[in-house]
Amino acid sequence: MAHEHKLEIFRGLLKFKSNTQKIWGVLVFLTIVTAVEVALGITKPAVMTQNSFLGMKILNWIFIILTLVKAYYIAWDFMHLRDERSSLRRAIVWTPIFLVAYLVFILLFEADYIYNVFKDGFVQWNF
Amino acid sequence: MDSTVTTGADENIWGGGNRPLAASYGKLMMWFFLVSDALTFSGFLASYGFSRFKFIETWPIADEVFTHVPFFHGNFPMYYVAFMTFILIMSSVTMVLAVDAGHRLQKTKVIWYMFLTIIGGAIFVGSQAWEWATFIRGDYGALETNGGRILQFVKADSGERAALADFAKILEEDRVGHEKKNGVWFYQGEALPSYSLNEVTEGFKSNPNILIRTETITAEGEKTLLTREESLKKIKDGALVVEGANLVRNEYGSRLFADFFFFITGFHGFHVFSGVLINIIIFFNVIIGTYERRGHYEMVEKVGLYWHFVDLVWVFVFTFFYLV
Repeated sequence: MAHEHKLEIFRGLLKFKSNTQKIWGVLVFLTIVTAVEVALGITKPAVMTQNSFLGMKILNWIFIILTLVKAYYIAWDFMHLRDERSSLRRAIVWTPIFLVAYLVFILLFEADYIYNVFKDGFVQWNF
Repeated sequence: MDSTVTTGADENIWGGGNRPLAASYGKLMMWFFLVSDALTFSGFLASYGFSRFKFIETWPIADEVFTHVPFFHGNFPMYYVAFMTFILIMSSVTMVLAVDAGHRLQKTKVIWYMFLTIIGGAIFVGSQAWEWATFIRGDYGALETNGGRILQFVKADSGERAALADFAKILEEDRVGHEKKNGVWFYQGEALPSYSLNEVTEGFKSNPNILIRTETITAEGEKTLLTREESLKKIKDGALVVEGANLVRNEYGSRLFADFFFFITGFHGFHVFSGVLINIIIFFNVIIGTYERRGHYEMVEKVGLYWHFVDLVWVFVFTFFYLV
């Protein structure tokens, strides 16, 4: 198995000299992202909670996007997906993404429908 | 078996022995397992989303539930979970450093990094156990209505949450907890809470400083606070005193919230626990030189994949359970 590593992240913006150095670099990045998430979660800036985009608060969009960013760097650099063949990478990544996106879509739609039934229907549940 | 005549090596593609993904069997199977496990976790989180969207207006606010830090008193939302996240990411880093040292066949380094990884995992599992214990014990206590909704109490002057002990009136009531050892024909019964429904109701009526908070979330994203008059009317709905959490009911709000907490963090905690066990096995294998003799440390890499996956799942659990 080939042991060479691709040593650049952020599409080549940041190049590391060794694999060890890259690992620490990714750690710093992940820590910053987590710190930002926690800071936003505690302060909850009004601008982000009052406004929403596509039916979801801006703050929640930020959380989800930052989570996907973190997941990308964990999978790509810690799990060495960056160094694997692209065919293996695509098989691993796109299969769950497709299935999960589908599942989440149908479940959340159905849940929203049930919410409306509870709200508008003749069902008394909050007493 | 190459029985046909070939003119060059390039045409040998159907002869077998190809490795189109350039990864070993063990690694591919680990990835295979991780993808299916990822789908299991996604199923859990998606069903959490389902229940949450179903009760979107009354779902508990995670910031108000997870406010404790060991050895400190006070209100620290999210700090401890953030610490746990950092511990897990940190142990992921030592794991990937162990894999890296394994590639370069540096046995001592692999041992030390594996050791640190195991310690990190143990701290995480311990923290989760503590979080469970705190969650199960509860802190303020609440009333449950006939409809299964939760009524919480707030001090009117300070706006802080009021614990049942702050206002419940001690009445001379015959409140003996029945136990099997005391009664010949007694088999089982509900455990008694610290205060009876009557004591909480009477205490509430005689203390004008206490207001009721319902589950409904306002447009500002906070729980609805009733006025004193509304509260006095609402207290009549109370049917049960709830302290802490179990799989049936919990003082934080929707019953499903505690169920999903136990199932999702429990399933993840079980993964961390088994990850620590597997890490320990590999750790001792490294010490006795199994991989040194084998000539490569791919086993460390495979267990590393599992360990990073556990970290990856936590990133999602953290977001969807604690942040969003």
